Amino acid sequence: MTYRTIELEILRYQPETDTEPRFQEYCVPCEEDWVVLDAVNYVKDHLDSTLSYRWSCHMAVCGSCGMMIDGEPKLACKTFVRDLPARKIRIEPLANFPIERDLVVGMDDFMEKLQRVKPYIIRDQQRPLADGEYLQTPAQLAKFKQYTLCINCCCCYAACPEYALRSEFIGPAALALAHRYNQDSRDHGAREREDIVASDEGIWDCSFADACSQVCPKHVDPAGAIQQMKVGATVSWYQERLGLRKKTGAENK
Amino acid sequence: MDVIETDIAIIGAGGAGLRAAIAVAESDPQLKVALISKVYPMRSHTVAAEGGAAGVIKQNDSLGFHFHDTVSGGDWLCDQDAVELFVNQAPLELTQLEHWGCPWSREPDGHVAVRSFGGMKIERTWFAADKSGFHILHTLFQTSLQYPSISRFDEYYSTDLVVEDGRCQGLVAMEMRTGLLRMFRAKAVIIATGGAGWMFPFTTNGAIKTADGMAMAYRAGVPLKDMEFVQYHPTGLPGTGILLTEGCRGEGGILVNKDGYRYLQDYELGPPDPWPRKKAMELGPRDRLSQAFWHEQQKGRTVSTRWGEVVHLDLRHLGEAKINERLPMIRDLATSYVGADPVHELVPVRPVVHYMMGGIHTDIDAATPVPGLYAAGECACVSINGANRLGSNSLTELLVFGGRAGRHAAQYAREARPSVDGSLLLKRAETARKRVTDLFLREDQGKRIALLRKALNDAMEDGAGIYRSEESLKKSCDELAELRRCYGRVHLEDKSNVFNTHLIYTLEVGSMLEAAHAIAHSALQRKESRGSHQRLDFANRDDERYLKHSLAYYNADGDPRIDYLDVTITKSPPGKRVYGGDV
Amino acid sequence: MNQPRPYVREPSRTTWYLTHRRYMQHMAQELTSVFIGAYALLMLWGLRALAAGEESWQTFLASLGSPLALLLQWLVLAATLYHTVSWFAVTPKAMPVQLGERFVPGFLIAGAHYLAWIVASLIILYFAGVL
Ligand SMILES: Cc1cc2nc3c(=O)[nH]c(=O)nc-3n(C[C@H](O)[C@H](O)[C@H](O)COP(=O)(O)OP(=O)(O)OC[C@H]3O[C@@H](n4cnc5c(N)ncnc54)[C@H](O)[C@@H]3O)c2cc1C
Ligand code: SF4
Ligand code: SF4
Ligand code: FES
Repeated sequence: MTYRTIELEILRYQPETDTEPRFQEYCVPCEEDWVVLDAVNYVKDHLDSTLSYRWSCHMAVCGSCGMMIDGEPKLACKTFVRDLPARKIRIEPLANFPIERDLVVGMDDFMEKLQRVKPYIIRDQQRPLADGEYLQTPAQLAKFKQYTLCINCCCCYAACPEYALRSEFIGPAALALAHRYNQDSRDHGAREREDIVASDEGIWDCSFADACSQVCPKHVDPAGAIQQMKVGATVSWYQERLGLRKKTGAENK
Repeated sequence: MDVIETDIAIIGAGGAGLRAAIAVAESDPQLKVALISKVYPMRSHTVAAEGGAAGVIKQNDSLGFHFHDTVSGGDWLCDQDAVELFVNQAPLELTQLEHWGCPWSREPDGHVAVRSFGGMKIERTWFAADKSGFHILHTLFQTSLQYPSISRFDEYYSTDLVVEDGRCQGLVAMEMRTGLLRMFRAKAVIIATGGAGWMFPFTTNGAIKTADGMAMAYRAGVPLKDMEFVQYHPTGLPGTGILLTEGCRGEGGILVNKDGYRYLQDYELGPPDPWPRKKAMELGPRDRLSQAFWHEQQKGRTVSTRWGEVVHLDLRHLGEAKINERLPMIRDLATSYVGADPVHELVPVRPVVHYMMGGIHTDIDAATPVPGLYAAGECACVSINGANRLGSNSLTELLVFGGRAGRHAAQYAREARPSVDGSLLLKRAETARKRVTDLFLREDQGKRIALLRKALNDAMEDGAGIYRSEESLKKSCDELAELRRCYGRVHLEDKSNVFNTHLIYTLEVGSMLEAAHAIAHSALQRKESRGSHQRLDFANRDDERYLKHSLAYYNADGDPRIDYLDVTITKSPPGKRVYGGDV
Repeated sequence: MNQPRPYVREPSRTTWYLTHRRYMQHMAQELTSVFIGAYALLMLWGLRALAAGEESWQTFLASLGSPLALLLQWLVLAATLYHTVSWFAVTPKAMPVQLGERFVPGFLIAGAHYLAWIVASLIILYFAGVL
């Protein structure tokens, strides 16, 4: 049932022996409906057990397997070999991240940013559990639903030119997550998040290149979220100057 | 060896582990929590759950119905005190998740919506489109970020528990990015490492579901309970094993064989109403549906494809709008991975290994027989799932018993005696380290680990599948014994320290071998058919001899010892499981 | 020894945008604003000429007609069009409009921008006496 043999050109880096990354080639007999991850797994199981990479779900939901495939950040488990034009596929670790080993990149920076945007419900007043759920209409849900779909695969960071140039930038996925909570009818934390979201490292660092949204495998549209926050922050800036709104918590402190 | 001091160590940051961590943080912010996971929390396999979580909130439903559906679904092997507690707590836990921001799908008036699942008298599954587990996991993870007492140790692979003086006082884990082994010294340890589907060749489980926690507890002397009960989900995509949620059938999808015939009516599940009748046909329980497939295959009424035998799931009559709203991911998965768009085409499906009903033996407080050691989630067996888990009870179980594990561990940690001499613990930890370092020292002589895993897969599929027999199980037991011997000789093909996934893979295969061994022997000893454990040679349920939990005890050099424990029955005496028009 | 030694791939500060078509397009979009800015300066210069009196205004107008100036103006027009079209194309992202559970389709929002553009142009042409 072998479909075609492809060459995988994989960027390897083993910090204990390599001073810098190098490409290594493997020939893999691929079946018709294989994704790139299947081909990489074939290498691991049959050709070279020293290759390291992350994966788990094989269904594009755990977010582990983001890598550069022919120069584009993609999920290896959702990229079909048959859709790639060439016989040779080039695989590299996600761009803009430090390489820990082979295709494994350092995620510390991203995890720290995720935490910084306070991605949880912040309320003025808690409702007791016994009183049941908060009501939320389908329309209110639709307002933020798209931004809940992020699987933290970091493909967007690998595509974002601003993040490439300035790693302090909080970046697309984390900002989209802040927007997700800001837009949630149950949340009152938008102003608290503004401190970080509208800071120097936040939304204003984004030049709206839209690269993040173009590569996002889950159609989260982080670029859209960021632009909406810019509009929102601009409006509230004017409101404050015109005395229509109290200043944010940060400025009061 | 490096020592990290903490109050409570949690192994696993999936739904159960995260819920436990938050419960500890909320019940006592002074207690330090070390949350240890071999993958970043949001990669945990809870993320893949699609359909939803069961909990009674609608007026037409009742706790009694949920109780009865669960107990009869589990073929009366559930502990009824645990089930009762579970159904009572379920609505509160699900509401809590709502308060934390979970984007549950809603009714037009803003209340949480529910859908039907298999084996349920009344629809009661809370869902977030078809990404329920994903949203539950991300909500829990994001919520956990606000508690300063929780320290995460992401990408730490735990290898062994540290049990000394008769109680659990910590664990050993490897920091994957450096390869360093560290000891976590804790007053209480919670295992929440999830399932073990990866020991089978065809499964809905992710590659990280490798029985590590079960094996750690097992080796430390804790029995594994009801391991013979392995759930096959009736609708997996052929080839990859990707799940198509029961929600597909809850929304009205039907199953047909190669003649376009709704074959389930031939297996005491009819009548084949055109509308989804509860507890009938496609909304029957998973064990029955998977067994029906097996019979259809025997009769030659399944469809042959390049991925093997399948039947068809038909969703076309739901229409594009409903499929897009309720089952968007299903549409995407079926279209991408088997090239069948459910809006216009039949989708090929077949049964696939999905869930472990069995696991680490715990009581209703999530405590194991070893003081200081708790377990929750799929790795544990309380037991509320009995011989066959009802769809959508597992996600709720993570919350209810994850929370309980956290609170009870916190209480234990507050009251715990000061731990014994640290040097004794270190000695234990050194033994654990040696188990890993020995692998590095071995010379090339054994089988390659990838082949060993393949052999393990085959032994499980051939011997411990949907239908089993004395003969098939004996063969599996022998093969597993041989594989365990082989494992004692495997060598590492990669001896580096930094992110050595080959080493992790090798350790995981070791865990799976132990758990598989317990499964095969428990199954061999249970000479009856009950729920998901079907024996061709003992076709009937035998309450006289086997209305009991099996307990498998580890034996380093030989077969596990199998013991039995009475099932707790409070208000529902064992009866006949009735589905279809007779309900 | 067990110290992690991650490898950092530094992007080139000066040529990064040449590495992908997507970045080149983005930079082209950014670059076109230079033309738009330049044209605004030109307008200011014209205004100054107007304030200085009839004669300097006429010189200004004449200078606009030189082949080089015409070429530049065509360039500015092209750049402006490119900038406008590519900007309007992404406006639905920045300003989504929700009606009930659905969002107004992107082309309508972009379309509204085009409409506003046409209306504004007509008004200007009217005041300029062209219409
Ligand atoms: C495809 C699919 C769909 C499902 N759909 C539903 C559904 O609709 N409804 C329902 O109720 N149930 C469903 N289930 C079942 C349910 O999702 C799982 O049983 C449940 O998510 C398990 O959660 P858990 O927290 O126990 O484990 P997991 O979420 O699997 O987490 C395990 C954690 O343990 C960690 N870990 C494991 N080993 C180690 C180690 N050695 N060292 C350190 N950390 C370790 C992992 O990193 C991970 O963080 C589904 C299951 C699957 C596979
Ligand atoms: S839109 Fe902003 S965040 Fe997205 S790629 Fe461009 S600069 Fe980066
Ligand atoms: S926004 Fe999209 S690309 Fe970025 S991390 Fe989330 S899912 Fe991945
Ligand atoms: S393996 Fe989970 S997203 Fe690819």
